[in-house]
Amino acid sequence: MPEVLSAPLVLEFPFTRSLGPVQSAFLTGLRERVVLGVRTTDGRVLVPPVEYDPVTAEEIHDLVEVAPTGTVTTWAWNHAPRRGQPLATPFAWVLVRLDGADTALLHALDAPGPDAVRTGMRVRVRWAEERTGAITDIACFEPHDGEPAQPGDSTGAFADPLRGIVAPARLDYTYSPGRAQTAYIGALSARRIVGERCPSCRKVYVPPRGACPTCGLATAEQVEVGPRGTVTTFCIVNIKAKNLDIEVPYVYAHIALDGADLALHARIGGIPYDRVRMGLRVEPVWTEGARYPDHYRPTSEPDADYETYKELL
Amino acid sequence: MSKEPVAVTGIGQTKHVAARRDVSIAGLVREAAIRALADAELTWADIDAVVIGKAPDFFEGVMMPELYLADALGAVGKPMLRVHTAGSVGGSTALVAANLVAARVHGTVLTLAFEKQSESNAMWGLSLPIPFQQPLLAGAGGFFAPHVRAYMRRSGAPDTIGSLVAYKDRRNALKNPYAHLHEHDITLEKVLASPMLWDPIRYSETCPSSDGACAMVLTDRAGAARAPRPPAWLLGGAMRSEPTLFAGKDFVSPQAGKDCAADVYRQAGIADPRRDIDAVEMYVPFSWYEPMWLENLGFAAEGEGWKLTESGVTALDGDLPVNMSGGVLSTNPIGASGMIRFAEAALQVRGQAGEHQVDGARRVLGHAYGGGSQFFSMWLVGSAPPGS
Repeated sequence: MPEVLSAPLVLEFPFTRSLGPVQSAFLTGLRERVVLGVRTTDGRVLVPPVEYDPVTAEEIHDLVEVAPTGTVTTWAWNHAPRRGQPLATPFAWVLVRLDGADTALLHALDAPGPDAVRTGMRVRVRWAEERTGAITDIACFEPHDGEPAQPGDSTGAFADPLRGIVAPARLDYTYSPGRAQTAYIGALSARRIVGERCPSCRKVYVPPRGACPTCGLATAEQVEVGPRGTVTTFCIVNIKAKNLDIEVPYVYAHIALDGADLALHARIGGIPYDRVRMGLRVEPVWTEGARYPDHYRPTSEPDADYETYKELL
Repeated sequence: MSKEPVAVTGIGQTKHVAARRDVSIAGLVREAAIRALADAELTWADIDAVVIGKAPDFFEGVMMPELYLADALGAVGKPMLRVHTAGSVGGSTALVAANLVAARVHGTVLTLAFEKQSESNAMWGLSLPIPFQQPLLAGAGGFFAPHVRAYMRRSGAPDTIGSLVAYKDRRNALKNPYAHLHEHDITLEKVLASPMLWDPIRYSETCPSSDGACAMVLTDRAGAARAPRPPAWLLGGAMRSEPTLFAGKDFVSPQAGKDCAADVYRQAGIADPRRDIDAVEMYVPFSWYEPMWLENLGFAAEGEGWKLTESGVTALDGDLPVNMSGGVLSTNPIGASGMIRFAEAALQVRGQAGEHQVDGARRVLGHAYGGGSQFFSMWLVGSAPPGS
């Protein structure tokens, strides 16, 4: 069996966040070297602050400043920092209860090694030089031997408060299309279109998924289909998608290849877009080095009768 | 032992808009929840459990948002569940909540669904670049447009039906203060002249992208007896699913949709939906889906749904009003869209729908679908308790 294909798949997007009043004050405060908590109905101070009381569910907005010094309540050593983490060298993930707060904040502690970290140790904020209103405005925490710092008296009112942030997200996958699609893609490189037949219902799936979605059975029997087929239905795409390098307008069609029981999706070319119709007979157009037919074009055959493909719509 | 009757006693939603930059996600869901509690005249302490729904996490990029929303929804110390069935999720979320009451697991449940589309881009979320696949597809419109064409061919419907639906729904939205789009100067001519995006779907025949949330309070008989306003009673509810693609799938009228509707009608004792149901709030993200779903749900014979639209039967003052709220075509916070349909059905039978109230609505169907027409959820609510 040929080796199953795999490739990196990176998904990233700059999500935006509307902050609401409490997070707006908290992040704007960090920009101004101020750490804010919120006082709950029962008088505790939560850092980082939340918008709603965890006990009573009431809306809370009594913001209070806490000190930039605090105590480690628990920790874990990170011996191999990854991309985007607060420090590039090994560090401790710590929960820090800042002086004046009743809850702990998650952040990084810059320490030479795990032997230098313990629960109960005193730490202080190391501010980032350039601050934008983000949790990374606290560059990290560092060990602190001195007295607890005195908090200021900010109540969260700042000039030019931050209303929203961009939160870029990135996911790194190794994607594999699996055995059946690998075989399908391999056959395409020889310009053959090969599906698989369900052992029970006998339907031929192109592209194959390795299992019949109706019967729930693995498929193995390979069946060459096409290369010609019938346009069962289509649309004319007039708007350009951001991540798609195809000139508009183009025809996006469902094509039932001869011998297949499910239409596949492809672009139609070699004919003005406004002359494409249901029932049009088409064949693939291959280009050198491409993994897929570039598009399908009309054959010289007469159109297929509606009755012959209506079950494939 | 028979099921506990389920009543809707509180409904709340946000004013749906393109972007709510003034609130966090927590602030958004909170607004709908507070309004639902106020409608039911209940407090957080009266709620036994919270059931929340939203569309895929990619749509806002917050993994498991329900965890961080527990504070905002008064769920600390209570059971909290999340439901996830793509675009139909608002409907299935309400049904999961209803089942908890029907099974007497909980007496009063808060159910809520939301989407803050402005924080992401759904078209990106739906067109991820999968290795080894030929990039072709341009968002949901490109996916559904060929199926609309198939419907037009199969039914022989005139090209203008899609525009008639869009014009009707956008006019209905003018009567709904919570609807996103309020196009006061809309005319049928403008809809008909709007550009083709994914031919045969025009710009004005597509749904907007919205930020919004919807919440409902569901309760048992005892809770309904204490309610300050008339409740809506659940007469039947069902969910069905099928694969996105399989040989023999009917995209125009999916079997799972037919089966789901049949189950609801059986539970509610509906022999003829066209005769026995007074109005329908259905999930129509592209206007042509109104006639398609009318057939799928049994309100018209196959190929005949468009005639109900064309003859005005589905207008607000018609014999079978459809999408009185303005529908998904006027408001689309994706995760919430299904629940807004269910809530509108309940508002109608409670007589609380304001300017878009259908006179004498006693039995109204709420409908949602999602994914590649693979998830369906529906409920039928009535002004009188089941069995009465």
